[in-house]
Amino acid sequence: MRVLVIEDDKETAGYLQKSLKESGHWAEVTGDGETGLALAKEGGFDVLIVDRMLPELDGLTVVKRLRADGDATPVLFLSALGEVDDRVKGLRAGGDDYLTKPYAYTELLARVEALARRKAPEEQVTRYVVDDLVLDRLSHRVTRAGEPIVLQPREYRLLEYLMRHAGQVVTRTMLLENVWDYHFDPQTNVIDVHVSRLRGKIDKGFDKPLLHTVRGAGYMVRDGQG
Amino acid sequence: MTGRAERLAPALSTGAFRIAASAVAVFLLVAAVLAVLLIRDAGDAVSEDVMASIEAETQRIAQSYASGGRDGVRLAVEQYAASPGHGLYLLTTRDGGKLAGNLATRPQDLVAGKRGGVFSFKPQGSGDAAGAVRQGVALRVALGDDLVAYIGRDIETQRQRLGRMRLVLLVALAALVLAGLAGGYAVSRHVLRRVEEVNATARSIMGGDMSRRIVVTGGDDEIDRLALNLNRMLDRIEMLMQGLREVSDNIAHDLKTPLNRLRNRAEAALRDPAGEGACRDGLERTIEEADDLIKTFNALLLIARLEAGALEGTTEDVDVATIVGDVAELYQPVAEEAGLSFDVVMYGPVSADVNPHLISQAVANLIDNAIKYSSAARTGPGPGPGDGEGGPSETGGVRVEVERAGNGIVVTVADSGPGIAAEDRERALKRFVRLERSRSRPGTGLGLSLVAAVARLHGGSLRLEDNAPGLRVVFTLPGASPHAKTPRLQH
Repeated sequence: MRVLVIEDDKETAGYLQKSLKESGHWAEVTGDGETGLALAKEGGFDVLIVDRMLPELDGLTVVKRLRADGDATPVLFLSALGEVDDRVKGLRAGGDDYLTKPYAYTELLARVEALARRKAPEEQVTRYVVDDLVLDRLSHRVTRAGEPIVLQPREYRLLEYLMRHAGQVVTRTMLLENVWDYHFDPQTNVIDVHVSRLRGKIDKGFDKPLLHTVRGAGYMVRDGQG
Repeated sequence: MTGRAERLAPALSTGAFRIAASAVAVFLLVAAVLAVLLIRDAGDAVSEDVMASIEAETQRIAQSYASGGRDGVRLAVEQYAASPGHGLYLLTTRDGGKLAGNLATRPQDLVAGKRGGVFSFKPQGSGDAAGAVRQGVALRVALGDDLVAYIGRDIETQRQRLGRMRLVLLVALAALVLAGLAGGYAVSRHVLRRVEEVNATARSIMGGDMSRRIVVTGGDDEIDRLALNLNRMLDRIEMLMQGLREVSDNIAHDLKTPLNRLRNRAEAALRDPAGEGACRDGLERTIEEADDLIKTFNALLLIARLEAGALEGTTEDVDVATIVGDVAELYQPVAEEAGLSFDVVMYGPVSADVNPHLISQAVANLIDNAIKYSSAARTGPGPGPGDGEGGPSETGGVRVEVERAGNGIVVTVADSGPGIAAEDRERALKRFVRLERSRSRPGTGLGLSLVAAVARLHGGSLRLEDNAPGLRVVFTLPGASPHAKTPRLQH
C-alpha cells in the first residue's frame, strides 16, 4: 500500500513514515500543502494522510481541490481540532475519515488500512462471507454453517461493519464511531461487552473462532487461526 | 472658589448640558418671536380702535359745523368734552384762541404737515393728576377758514399697560433662560455624577478589582439600566475569567501529577535491571498513563469550551427520549454484565432543540457513573479489609427515566451506589470539581462537571438527590418551543 503523508511536523511525519514501513507499507512524506497537492495529483497513492493545518495551503483546501479534480483517493484527516463540527467540516471537504491528535499508531494504521480497502462501492455488495459465516445484506439474515443466528439490530450492524472489514483490524473507536455514531470516549469499555456478546452468538459452539481480539488494537473478523 | 469652577466646567461641557442649552436657545427664540408678535398686535389693536372712533367724531363735528356753523360746532365740542371718557377736544380759532374743549393748549408735537398724531399734554384742571404729562393721539380738522378742531384720545393708560406687558414678557424670557440653563446644568451635573461613578468603577476594575460593580440606584432610569447591563456583562466576564483560571489551575492539578507519574515510570523502566521485558512493561504502562492524561485533558478542554461557548448553530430538533434510549442501549449489556438491574422508562417522545452529540455524551457519562458506583457498591468497596459480609443492597441497579415535566424535559439517572453526601452535592456540580472519592476510581472524575456544563449550556440544570440508597441525578432541559431562540449559557 502506498501512502502519502502531508504533515508539517517533521517528527510526526518521520515517525509515520517509519511506522508505516514497519507495517509493510510504503510512505512518501511532504511538509506543505502545495507540494502535497502536486504529489497527490500525480497519483499512485492508495491513501492520503492529511494534516488539517499546513503551511501554504491548508489541508481542507488541498482535499477540496483534489476532489474538484475528480480524484477520489481516500483521505484521512489528522487534526488537533476534535470537536464534532471540526470533524463534520473535514468530512464535508471530502475527507473519508478523521482522526484527532493525539492518537495511537494502531488506531491510525487500522483506519488507513480500512480506507485503502474501501475502493469498491459498498452498496453493491449484497453479502459478506467469512468462512461459514454469511451475512446477507438484502434479507438482513445471518447464518453460520447454514444455521440462522438471531441478532439484535445493533449486533447486526456491528457484525456487518466487522465483516466489511474482514481481515483488517477494527479499533474500538472505529466501532463506536461507525456503528453507534458516537464521537466521545465512553470511559468504560462498552464496546468490549458488545463484541463479546456478539462473539457468544456467532462463535459459541463452533470449533473455529472467527471474531478475534487483536491485543492492544481492537478486533478482527478473519478466516483463520487466531 | 476654584473648586467650584472646576466642578462647574465639566458639567458645562457635557453632552447633556449642550443639549439642554440648545433646547433653551430654540425655546427662547420661539418665545421671543411670540412676544414680539403679541406686543405689536396689542399695540396695533389699541391704535386702530382709537383712530376709528376719532375719525367718527371728527366727521360728526365737521357735520355739526356744516349745519350749525361756528356756534353749532362749539356746542358740539363742549358736549363731547363734558362727556366722561378719554376723549380730548379743542376748538380754536386759526390764530390759536381757545373756543371750547378740555385741552388747555393746542397739541404742540403734531407735525405741521400731517393730519394728526401722537402728542403730550398736561391734563386740565383736576388737581391730583396735575403736572403729570400724559400722551394722547389727535386729529386736526380745519373748519371753514377760521376754525381748527382737535379731536383726540388720552392713550396714556394703554401706553402704560403696553409698557408693563413688555416688561413682564422681558422678565419672563429672562427667567426662562435662567431656568433652562440652570435645569440643563443640574441635569448634566446629575448625569455627569452618575457617569463618573461608572467611570470610577470601570477604572478600579481595570486596576484589577474584578469584584467591583456599578451602583444601581433603583430609580429604573436609563443609567440604572445601563449599570445593570454593564454589571451583567461584568459578571459574565468575571465568570469566564474565573473559568479560565480554573482551567489552568486544574490543568496544573490534574495533569501535572499524572505527568510526573508518567515521567517516573519511564525513568524507572529505563533503569530497570530486569532487562527488556520489564522495560516493555514499563513502556506499556507509560502509554496507558498517557492515554489517561489525554482523556483528562480532553475532558477539561471540553468543559472549558462548554462553559465559554454558545450553542448557536449546533442544535437540532430531536427526540431526547431516542437519544437517551440509544445511549442506554449501549450501556445495558455493561450493566447486565455487572449483575445490575437496568431499567429504562420513557414517557413518550420528548422533542427539544439540543445538541444531540453533547446530550449523548452527558447521558453516557451519567449512566457510566451510575453503573460504576452501583457495581462498586454491590461488590463491596474494593479489597479493603473489614468490609466483609452484609454490604449494601444485593440487587443493585440503575434506572433511567425520561419524561416531560411542565415546559421542560427531565432525564433522571438513579443508581444504588454510595451516593454523595448532602453537603458535597452542591460542590460536586461546580465547574471542574472532582470529589476526592472520584480520584481513586477509573475515569477522569470530571463526568459530573461535564454534564453540568452541558446542562448549563442548554439553559437547563443538573440536580443531585438522594436515591436512598444511592444517587439520583436529575438532568433538566428546557422543553421544545420550536421557534424559541437557542438558550445561551445561563447562571
